[in-house]
Amino acid sequence: MENLDQIKSRIESAVSGARIEIVRNDSPSAQHSLLVDNDHAVAIAGFLRGDPQLQFDYCSNVTGVDWPDAETSEKVKVKKVVDGVEKEVEEVKKTIRPGFLEAVYHLYSMELKHGPVILRLRTENRTDKNHLPSLTPIWRGAEFQEREIFDLFGIIFGGHPDLRRILMWDEYKDHPMRKDYVEPDDYEYEPTPHDEVLEKTKRHHPEGATT
Amino acid sequence: MSLAVETPPKNYELLPKDSCDGAVEGDLLEVSMGPQHPSTHGVFRMNVVLDGERVVKLKPVFGYLHRNHEKIAENTSYLGSMPYTDRLDYFCSLTNNWAYAMAVEKLAGLQPPERAEYIRVITAELTRLQNHTCLVGFLMQDMGASGTPLMYAFREREKILDLFESLTGARMMCNYMRFGGCRCDLPPGWIEGARQVADEYPRFLDEFERLLSENEILLARTQGVGVLPRELAVNSSVTGPMLRASGVNYDIRKVDKYGIYDRFSFRVPLGEQGDTFDRYMIRLLEMRESLKILRAALDDIPPGPIMDPKVKIRGFRPKPGEAYGRIEAPKGELGFYLISDGSPNPYRYRVRPPSLINLTILEDMCLGHIVADVVVILGSVDIVLGEVDR
Repeated sequence: MENLDQIKSRIESAVSGARIEIVRNDSPSAQHSLLVDNDHAVAIAGFLRGDPQLQFDYCSNVTGVDWPDAETSEKVKVKKVVDGVEKEVEEVKKTIRPGFLEAVYHLYSMELKHGPVILRLRTENRTDKNHLPSLTPIWRGAEFQEREIFDLFGIIFGGHPDLRRILMWDEYKDHPMRKDYVEPDDYEYEPTPHDEVLEKTKRHHPEGATT
Repeated sequence: MSLAVETPPKNYELLPKDSCDGAVEGDLLEVSMGPQHPSTHGVFRMNVVLDGERVVKLKPVFGYLHRNHEKIAENTSYLGSMPYTDRLDYFCSLTNNWAYAMAVEKLAGLQPPERAEYIRVITAELTRLQNHTCLVGFLMQDMGASGTPLMYAFREREKILDLFESLTGARMMCNYMRFGGCRCDLPPGWIEGARQVADEYPRFLDEFERLLSENEILLARTQGVGVLPRELAVNSSVTGPMLRASGVNYDIRKVDKYGIYDRFSFRVPLGEQGDTFDRYMIRLLEMRESLKILRAALDDIPPGPIMDPKVKIRGFRPKPGEAYGRIEAPKGELGFYLISDGSPNPYRYRVRPPSLINLTILEDMCLGHIVADVVVILGSVDIVLGEVDR
């Protein structure tokens, strides 16, 4: 199989305007991945499936990853005037990487028996701009797995033929695989009168505690 | 680039009842099969729309056994998830263990010792034998052959489960493999016991085949039923015996050569029609190939350690990174995708469940067949709900 740099440059020449970035993976598995821009994702996927030297006809694994806002702090030396004297003071500089949701696709070729090539798609944020294009039109094997990501992570796949919850029930509100998920106090519509359930409800809704 | 992107068939909306060609209003009947139906192999439900007895539409409904295995695993240590992988596909706990151990080994760059690799192959092939045997038994049960084939299958499965029990202490929830090796060494006399099972198994398979394979009812109920075309199988990520029954030569034991599978010579049986009969036959043929691997592994197993002594399985902290490891489980490609952030718990833990993904094309296989065939087709897919719902 061609290496990832060759695949990247071939995609860029075949799909005009595609922006691709290689995400390094420092672990011993050395499975690096391609970060693909959302506008061209379907065209890139179509190229990967149809190109005679690549022929990634088999989309093995599709999954989501939740990356909440992360704060990274680094120590920076800053020159400051302290008591009239210029001094070098160490300050902690904090940067916030905004959170996003990610969909990861593992591709193999059944025809040529190589792989994996890993595609990553990222949403803009975790709240309102959580849309990604669906790759189910290219690989139907992604159908249930994208539904599962929609269910458990809350990514909305545009172009998916049947985007419904798959594991949780339809009336369920939250997305359990997110890192900031809080388990509901009680799975009934109204809190059942058990002491520990009422205690939890009081903690989450101090003013409107129900009976 | 000239690639016609195929769109999935548009049979997702329930047709209004009067729009069906020529059908009298009220002709279509919506039936909810399951989750308590005995033929659905667990708590699986299918919403079936019927025209008379023909299936017009079929929607699988999942989630009755959902306990969010992935979230639980992200809140526990790497070692802590190992016993829980047994509960995914509770028929094949040893292959689940292997797949998870292999993903962690890829993540951390570990290499299990030679003897452990042999033990893994032996236990995985024994697992495949008992899984396929039981599947054939269940398939016959679904077809109306009540009792006898299933009891014959369970009789043979007991012998393999006894081997598992003497090796791991548990019959089904084995919790045996560890990243970097296996938990304990083979007890005295185990290899002889396993060899005896391997030697007696072909006689059972002959008996089973004589009993079933040329049975008129079996042929009538399976041939030409639930045909899965080759292209659809590949595009829908179908794996395992189901894929090979459709004629695609893709066995991860051959493709990835993980573990020590490159040392054994075995063939990959392929089907031609992709119907239920092929899926039944592939399993019987695969069992014979498994026996070949099993006998060779039992002959060649070397002495030595079974665990890499440098691995600290308690307080295990792999470096940040990610890995996807996959094996050929009896039901298809079982993969584990792990992301580590350097902490003792995995940041992301994902199971690629072959049973769930093989159900993608259940509707396509069932359309146009009668309800009794749906039961048989589902039986030939080989699902375990512990893995479908996770």
